[in-house]
Amino acid sequence: MATFLIITTLVLLLAAIFTGGYNKKFLERVQKSWIWGWITTVDHKRIGILYIVASGFFFILGGVESILIRLQLIWPGNEFITGDAYNQLLTMHGTTMIFFVAMPLLIGLMNYIVPLQIGARDVAFPFANALSFWLFLSGAILMNLSFLFGGAPDAGWTSYTPLALNEYSPGPGVDYYVLGLQIAGIGTILGGVNFITTIVNMRAPGMTFLRLPLFTWTTFVTSAIILFALPPLAVNLLLLQFDRLFGAQFFSTAGGGDSVVWQHLFWIFGHPEVYLVILPAFGMISEVVSTFSRKRLFGYTSMVFATVVIGFLSFMVWVHHMFTVGLGSMANTIFAIATMLIAIPTGVKVFNWLFTMWGGRLRFTTAMLFAVGFIPTFVIGGVTGVMVATVPADYQFHDTYFLVAHFHYTLVGGTVLAALAALYYWWPKIFGKKLDEKLGKWHFWTFVPSFHITFFPQHFLGLYGMPRRVFTFDSTPILNNLNLISTIGVIGMTVGTVAFLYNVVITTIRGKSVSGDPWDGFTLEWTVSSPPPAYNFAQLPLVRGREAFLHEKLLGNKKMKAAEPLGAIHMPSSSYLPLIMAIGLFMSGYGFVLRGFELAALGLIILFIGMYMRSFDYDPGYHISTEEIKQIEKGLKA
Amino acid sequence: MMVKKKSFGYLFLTTFFVLLTGCNQGELSVLDPKGPVAREQLFLINLSSGIMFFVLAVVSIIFIYVVIRYRERPGDQGLPKQNDGSTWLEVVWTVIPIILLIILAVPTVKMTISQGKMPEKGTALEVDVTAYQYWWEFKYPEYGFVTGQEMHIPVGKKVHLKMTSKDVIHALWVPELAGKMDTNPGKITEMVIQADKPGTYKGKCTELCGASHALMDFKVIAHEQDDFDKWVAKMKNPDSRAKNDIEKRGAEVLAQNCLGCHALEGGGFATKGDTAPDLTNYGLRTQIAGILDNNRENMARWLKNPQKLKPGNRMPSFEHLSDQDIAYLSEYLLNLK
Ligand code: HEC
Ligand SMILES: [Cu+2]
Repeated sequence: MATFLIITTLVLLLAAIFTGGYNKKFLERVQKSWIWGWITTVDHKRIGILYIVASGFFFILGGVESILIRLQLIWPGNEFITGDAYNQLLTMHGTTMIFFVAMPLLIGLMNYIVPLQIGARDVAFPFANALSFWLFLSGAILMNLSFLFGGAPDAGWTSYTPLALNEYSPGPGVDYYVLGLQIAGIGTILGGVNFITTIVNMRAPGMTFLRLPLFTWTTFVTSAIILFALPPLAVNLLLLQFDRLFGAQFFSTAGGGDSVVWQHLFWIFGHPEVYLVILPAFGMISEVVSTFSRKRLFGYTSMVFATVVIGFLSFMVWVHHMFTVGLGSMANTIFAIATMLIAIPTGVKVFNWLFTMWGGRLRFTTAMLFAVGFIPTFVIGGVTGVMVATVPADYQFHDTYFLVAHFHYTLVGGTVLAALAALYYWWPKIFGKKLDEKLGKWHFWTFVPSFHITFFPQHFLGLYGMPRRVFTFDSTPILNNLNLISTIGVIGMTVGTVAFLYNVVITTIRGKSVSGDPWDGFTLEWTVSSPPPAYNFAQLPLVRGREAFLHEKLLGNKKMKAAEPLGAIHMPSSSYLPLIMAIGLFMSGYGFVLRGFELAALGLIILFIGMYMRSFDYDPGYHISTEEIKQIEKGLKA
Repeated sequence: MMVKKKSFGYLFLTTFFVLLTGCNQGELSVLDPKGPVAREQLFLINLSSGIMFFVLAVVSIIFIYVVIRYRERPGDQGLPKQNDGSTWLEVVWTVIPIILLIILAVPTVKMTISQGKMPEKGTALEVDVTAYQYWWEFKYPEYGFVTGQEMHIPVGKKVHLKMTSKDVIHALWVPELAGKMDTNPGKITEMVIQADKPGTYKGKCTELCGASHALMDFKVIAHEQDDFDKWVAKMKNPDSRAKNDIEKRGAEVLAQNCLGCHALEGGGFATKGDTAPDLTNYGLRTQIAGILDNNRENMARWLKNPQKLKPGNRMPSFEHLSDQDIAYLSEYLLNLK
């Protein structure tokens, strides 16, 4: 198989070179094509859109998986999908939703919005930004190919050893998990570095740290979390890869290894990971609530402080996932107290949102509905979080449906509702058209109540003795009823999601173009056209207060003051190297999965060639002249 | 609009409570503990839910008020009065949660430490638990015998479990008696369970352990002390001799096919496997493999196709045995009491 792939690649390459495929005219045509523009782009806005679209695709995939799971659990003893097939589904559902839906959706929005919010023309490293995206996509595709070739991973998204070792998970499933996540993870780390640098270095004049919009602040802290949390995962995956591929014994008890080490490293990554997907959600909610309450954020400084504290504490609590491992009372109590502490800054945030709305003038657009729906929903997820931190009580809650309910309240009720609010809010900025409000309300009123119908009963499933990750349950009246209700709820969530997708299609076809500032916004992204030109700001804005645009509006100004005279703008040139490098890593990953080490080596060689070319490629970029800018800006106003 | 949502949630909650208090048949409920360990844990569950309901109520009240009171009304123009925050409010919602958390943290720490203390030697019944994909072995070191799937204990006495695993990580959970604890290969974890009254308490594996994780059920059967002593006596000196020709043939089939993996004491068998549940006194088991009622038909189903009933388990199918042999075998096994 591996050799076959190598030979076909080489033959295709040679064929292309010798048969005139490598011909100037042809190449030019390719370079002018629409698709070439997208796959070589280094524009943060286009990359943001790519992330959002990809995450939408995987959301459908993960969603179908969840529907199949709930169908299996509709009544006891169902034989629709059982045993190992069920384990594959639950593993892929969890992994997909966390790594290939939540993270890229948030990173996509960060990509699009953060440079606009800080008054920058792009991120600090546009090339690395493109590379991040293509690596994420390769990893995600690699992992999902497992369904077609050899069977999906089946050891849960946590992939605990020794279950994930060859002995108990033979077949390539877990190898797909290891390599898919490894490749996607490298992309994420690069992204973290990129955002930190961007936010530190590229703020517009006057945009001090304490004037950054909350979404930018949460992006900043999230990026710091990425920087420190993803490397432990990378190490862990590498160790597992060595165990599985080369017979190392890091996690195998028989060989003198220790399976609990996997759990530590996994949760040292895994707990910050959950804050990594909730902090940007907090940021989004802050923006949406403030805009549609027509009020500046209440307690801005304490919100920033709370964000930083949560980011810091997120690294101090990983053992609360491991209370039942038997680490001893000392470890358990310390981590229980640390976990409870997180409730304090989180509470601060909730009350600040409520008091931002207090005395405001709430405008219930769909975005605001989702943001407002987020608050009580997330609070439910938050308080059950404190309950599971109560160690002896957690001995009962742990690994049951109570926990499943808890983390779906934080991930769906938290991250997903916030991201939906953000999508409705920023959609006009990104695509130049408002999503239809009427369909939006349909989306909200089907999705959110059905969410509660699906997940609220699951608290009780746990209390009535149903462990998580089971394909069947005891037939008792309570378990039967609650499982049935939970499955029925999925129908409403599906209807809501379909309404949303329909909305996207209809808006794209029929939506009316909007101005740069359709919501009467407060922050810098609303000062440029929708969508913004490639260079974002013709002149960098001068920021004179927090909520920069609102500050000017309150002074009676319609526009930001410019911080520089109009002049030629330097732009980075697009590049196909990120895609090539990602393809290289993808091939290499696939080679390792198939145990075809020639293919793995070839992939790495392609990667290194890409890196080499990039290092010695002196690319000065290009300039957009003043004339052109004037031309473009005129076009935008009209 | 938002009002509708809240009243909907309310309706939802009340239906639940009706539903939950309405019926209780065969449920293994954390909320209805049958022993002191689970009872203590329920106290913390109640305390934490109480505090958390309070928090939720406060947030909901402010939330509902704000959402109704401050909606945009026709004719509203311009921006409302802006404000930046309020230090004393910030202090209030920092300090009150701290107090609530202290109220929760103190008993949590106390109980974590007290429940983490294992009983002194001699004050509790000791049971060594070994988990396998997908079954449980219970060894009674004081008495020197082993059983599988069903752990018998005396009521009113602490039972000290020392647990490990032979393959992957599992976790032992008997919701009505105590919370759960992992079993790690190569390590020993400990926990205490105790039952107030005689009865059968269902247990589950709660750590994903492979294809049949969902079916890795077991039982804890609590007896009055003298019944327990009788059971111990039976287990110590089992009589597994075949009593008639049918049973003789059954024992023969067993000896030829099964004892490479299983052990059966008291029948004078030469071999004794140690990779499958001990079958001594099998007639006392209430269920086969923790999932099927223990009777002749189910035994035949199990022997013919264990993979269908528990996917991925390590018992091969015995389809090649004749129906008659299987019937004799079942007769023999089920009469072992
Ligand atoms: C290759 C080893 C092997 C052989 C041979 C074997 N078994 Fe098993 N048996 C197992 C394992 C392993 C289990 C536990 C299955 C589970 O629950 O996951 C088991 C379970 C059982 C159980 C249920 C035990 C309980 O505690 O409820 C019965 C009964 C049983 N086997 C009977 C037999 C009989 C009768 C034979 C011979 C015809 C036999 N087995 C042969 C491995 C074996
Ligand atoms: Cu198990």
